Amino acid sequence: MTLRALDRIGMGFFLGLPILWIVLFMLVPYGVLLTYSFWIKSYPLFEPAFQFGNYLTLLNEPQYLSVIGRTLKIAVIVSVTALVLAYPFAYFLVFRLKNVTIRKVLFFGVIAPLWVSYLLRAYLWKTILGTQGVLNSTLMGLGIISEPLDIFLYSQAAMVITLTYIFIPFMVMPIYAALEKIPRNLDEASADLGQSSWTTFWRVTVPLSLPGVVAGFTLTFCLCFGDFVAAFLVGGPDGLMVANVITSQFGAALNWPLGSALAVVMLVVVLAIISLSDRFEQRTKVQF
Amino acid sequence: MADIALIRSKPRKPPLSIPKGAADGAFITYATLLLAFLYMPVAILIIFSFNDSRVLAWPLSGFTLDWYRTLFANADLLEAVGNSFYVATLSTALALCIGIPAAMALHRFVFPGKALFRRLLLLPIALPGIVTGISMLNFFNLMGFNLSLHTVVLGHATALLAVVVIQVLARLQRLPPSLEEASSDLGASALVTFWYVTLPNIKTAIVGSGLLVFVLSFDEIPVTFFLTGRDNTLPMYIYSTMRRGVTPEINAVGTLLILFSVVLILLAAFLTRPPGRKR
Repeated sequence: MTLRALDRIGMGFFLGLPILWIVLFMLVPYGVLLTYSFWIKSYPLFEPAFQFGNYLTLLNEPQYLSVIGRTLKIAVIVSVTALVLAYPFAYFLVFRLKNVTIRKVLFFGVIAPLWVSYLLRAYLWKTILGTQGVLNSTLMGLGIISEPLDIFLYSQAAMVITLTYIFIPFMVMPIYAALEKIPRNLDEASADLGQSSWTTFWRVTVPLSLPGVVAGFTLTFCLCFGDFVAAFLVGGPDGLMVANVITSQFGAALNWPLGSALAVVMLVVVLAIISLSDRFEQRTKVQF
Repeated sequence: MADIALIRSKPRKPPLSIPKGAADGAFITYATLLLAFLYMPVAILIIFSFNDSRVLAWPLSGFTLDWYRTLFANADLLEAVGNSFYVATLSTALALCIGIPAAMALHRFVFPGKALFRRLLLLPIALPGIVTGISMLNFFNLMGFNLSLHTVVLGHATALLAVVVIQVLARLQRLPPSLEEASSDLGASALVTFWYVTLPNIKTAIVGSGLLVFVLSFDEIPVTFFLTGRDNTLPMYIYSTMRRGVTPEINAVGTLLILFSVVLILLAAFLTRPPGRKR
């Protein structure tokens, strides 16, 4: 009985601080964010109100809808590209590579960039794609073009390359983990039943790795959706993202309520994607 | 994809090693290309930090250390580096103090609202930093707090807490439950068990996640952008100089940052190496 009581104290000890932190620095701030999104901009800052004007502005002014649409589009393209690049790599590591040490080294090679400054990884592409950049001077050196081209930088393609480059580790990690969990004897069983490697891949490996794919897709999509650094560096006006608009509302435009409304939209989109992915994970849970 | 037909034709006891070899060859080529995609840009950054032209384009014109020299003479930059160390140290300490008990609670206890608790704890991993930054900015504004490096620390700890929880929880789940059961059977309370049995076993996960949080906080932009006052952290300083375009000085800072990351990666690898192979 005393043990029970002590355990209860222990539970309070372990839970108290984290719960306090979540309430104070996550739930309350989200509440404040939501509150501000109903307020009205008025000189010099804003005043309390309860109205949906900011959300109506987002719906009625085409520039906001088009920015949201473009952000969704770029996030989807980046996630798909990262998936297409990451899956074969992870599959090769887990199923084809026999040497465990090389496997670990290669896996680490893809994860290591996470430790390198994210700002720097976006900046890299600015130096490569710029008019006076590495790509142009390479192409000129090879005699492929005679004048530097300005089409590489400040385009949606530049955004996709940069964001894929930044977020690909988030795609490789969960897929690798999911593939690693698949018992090898399933492959053998499938082969014993006369299935080709190709059929086995599509009917056994892919379905069992889907939770990893979904987790990677969710992470990549959400992180892309909220990025403003890549757009600032390589996007140009054509690559402006929702987060850039939010930033300017909190900066030059000085319209915190509208910026907050946009941030609420972003929060809702991310939460929706996460719950979809959670639901999917619950449904496809497999025990080995 | 050209190997599809080859793979399909492979019998169970393959007498032909060529198709498999071809497929493996394709995979190896692909893996090499992917790694080249990841590391070529980094190599280019480093090379141009030693090139004596202001223009970042081929051909290289000559070797110089001037860009590094200008860095060490730049007082604003050095102050920003100091600020980043300060912020990263405090945020790491905070994230560990909250993250470890949270992971323990998730692992050990059953309580109402546990699923929600877990989801909220892990949310910042997928939540773009800008949402954390703006909601905390609004909150601090409402409370009348002044923005400073300390508000940045609170923001970083909130955004990076999940890194600690994920790594420590993963380690806890791999520990044999018999250890804690034995301790508890011998009459140790939850706290005593935690201190003498669990903690030593999750030490490497704590160190590893702590170092990762340190690096991520050191490099953090989106949260810092909204929560910093007059003081700049290093990435914020670099970000503001990037407005003026591409310069070899940024390449030099970048190279040093990469070096710093490599040192921390090696440190993490060394400190978290699997036990039992010492001496």
